Amino acid sequence: MIRRVLPHGMGRGRLTRRPGTRRGGFSLDWDGKVSEIKKKIKSILPGRSCDLLQDTSHLPPEHSDVVIVGGGVLGLSVAYWLKKLESRRGAIRVLVVERDHTYSQASTGLSVGGICQQFSLPENIQLSLFSASFLRNINEYLAVVDAPPLDLQFNPSGYLLLASEKDAAAMESNVKVQRQEGAKVSLMSPDQLRNKFPWINTEGVALASYGMEDEGWFDPWCLLQGLRRKVQSLGVLFCQGEVTRFLSSSQRMLTTDDKAVVLKRIHEVHVKMDRSLEYQPVECAIVINAAGAWSSQIAALAGIGEGPPGTLQGTKLPVEPRKRDVYVWHCPQGPGLETPLVADTSGAYFRREGLGSNYLGGRSPTEQEEPDPANLEVDHDFFQDKVWPHLALRVPAFETLKVQSAWAGYYDYNTFDQNGVVGPHPLVVNMYFATGFSGHGLQQAPGVGRAVAEMVLKGRFQTINLSPFLFTRFYLGEKIQENNII
Amino acid sequence: MAAPWASLRLVAPMWNGRIRGIHRLGGAVAPEGNQKKKRTILQFLTNYFYDVEALRDYLLQREMYKVHEKNRFRDKEWIRPDKYGHFSQEFWNFCEVPVEAVDASDCDINYEGLDNLLRLKELQSLSLQRCSHVDDWCLSRLYPLADSLQELSLAGCPRVSERGLACLHHLQNLRRLDISDLPAVSNPGLTQILVEEMLPNCKVVGVDWAEGLKSGPEEQPQDTASPVPA
Repeated sequence: MIRRVLPHGMGRGRLTRRPGTRRGGFSLDWDGKVSEIKKKIKSILPGRSCDLLQDTSHLPPEHSDVVIVGGGVLGLSVAYWLKKLESRRGAIRVLVVERDHTYSQASTGLSVGGICQQFSLPENIQLSLFSASFLRNINEYLAVVDAPPLDLQFNPSGYLLLASEKDAAAMESNVKVQRQEGAKVSLMSPDQLRNKFPWINTEGVALASYGMEDEGWFDPWCLLQGLRRKVQSLGVLFCQGEVTRFLSSSQRMLTTDDKAVVLKRIHEVHVKMDRSLEYQPVECAIVINAAGAWSSQIAALAGIGEGPPGTLQGTKLPVEPRKRDVYVWHCPQGPGLETPLVADTSGAYFRREGLGSNYLGGRSPTEQEEPDPANLEVDHDFFQDKVWPHLALRVPAFETLKVQSAWAGYYDYNTFDQNGVVGPHPLVVNMYFATGFSGHGLQQAPGVGRAVAEMVLKGRFQTINLSPFLFTRFYLGEKIQENNII
Repeated sequence: MAAPWASLRLVAPMWNGRIRGIHRLGGAVAPEGNQKKKRTILQFLTNYFYDVEALRDYLLQREMYKVHEKNRFRDKEWIRPDKYGHFSQEFWNFCEVPVEAVDASDCDINYEGLDNLLRLKELQSLSLQRCSHVDDWCLSRLYPLADSLQELSLAGCPRVSERGLACLHHLQNLRRLDISDLPAVSNPGLTQILVEEMLPNCKVVGVDWAEGLKSGPEEQPQDTASPVPA
């Protein structure tokens, strides 16, 4: 008896295999493909302009799953972790859009490059601890075949924060939190301080906290280039262009209290090429705002903040550029090789640079003294009047110093509470933020990148819980103030 | 070789007087008269009898063992691994004894591995010579040993640079620091000076202070007074 073998799956209620489909893949979008092919054939025929032979290599691709606006250390860190944590190789297509490939105004390259764990928020401490271990093992994380290993030039000399009488209690409680999270910080009295660092004048200092391990400074440019190299090898596309427009679709929905809420979803990003009117619409699923000092402009393009003030629609992204100057000086009798990055009670800070008695430092101006962020010109009078006197008071050897050079850079300053903004926007549902770190973005970039990638891929924070850093806190008014901002 | 060794144990006391004579053969001390005579007899015997050569080898071994015994760290012997790389079981008897010196030369110890060394609160001497994974991050971990560490050697570590040496200033009890042959240090002479300033009670060895100084002008300065030959 010949058994009739039924064709697999036919009439059994299982997945039927239609001709032309592969098992486990998507069915080919025949209708869309056919219309595209028709368009191409029409353009080849005589009488039409031939679009096929135009060079589009400088343009970004037409489709990308994730578009990262901003190619600084935060943007590249998000790209890296997206590629590291994707479920299978090549699952996510990532495009990084950077306006200026020379990074002439980007905060990353102009940064002093410090990393420290002496924060008051546990999340900040955890981020810095993770970043320290990332930097320590950077050649395992960012290894590229046949490329030389990275030398970050890390100086493990630590941070020394000085506190006056009124800040001493806050510093003690901060150090307690830091020790609980696992940072190695020691508290020192003025006598111990004088013993260890004889060049310090402890007048006005009640307490000092000194980071013993995993703190110091490194070369941010090297980290940026290392990330760029690795991320390119993982298949992330780069584009030099400026984001000028978001096309989004809205959906009006009702909340449980029957209030109308408009949810927006960005589905296209217009990337304009440099010095030209040409632009490319990039279809995307997710947009990451890592534009640093210019994040609020990108947020405004997406319609964040357009609405009556006091509502969620009317809450703008409170990140603005703030200019900060860094001065380099030479002082032959200055503090020796063991000098940590010293942050004075007045807010002035300095550290050694190299072997040759050069130091660099600066001071954050008060709210009234804030310089105009329109350009990156250095204000030398600020050094004379507001920085040097404090330095000379704290380190008498600095009474004779000679300024060699200076530069200025931007902080992506969060005017709300000087802490970063991480995670999705509640209304523009596919825009994720990774910005606003107000001067400590570089040292937290690896941790933040991983957190944003987890949020995008898994929907929640898995390793470090950054929920206090979500956008909604601006609307709810929940400030998470970080006290130790240099 | 068993039989000759057994007989030698009986023979050795008899030859006691001659032993010193044999050792002096290689030494710079002038032998005395009667020992000279004994030495020539021995030499004669050595040339003709194999057994005497074996005796000589045995005595040489004894001498080497004595030299080995002298190789102690402040009257305590080093505990070394045997030829298979294993430590003897007697090591476990020393659980309560504080470790004073660790020689981790040519070892693959890394940042996480230093956890084990940092718990030794009475460590006086640490040698990390030619450890290929010891870098600046590892040096920043050494501060818990500040109370006891007196001697540290980092000679030949390829990843240690002057930035890591800067965090050795915590080790205020250090009396001897060896920083020779560090290829990653950019300016060895200047680094040595800065490290010496940083650790005033410590003897820093390893870099010849003339290193990094340029050699004197190669050419003599032109004699400007001499007239240009016509």
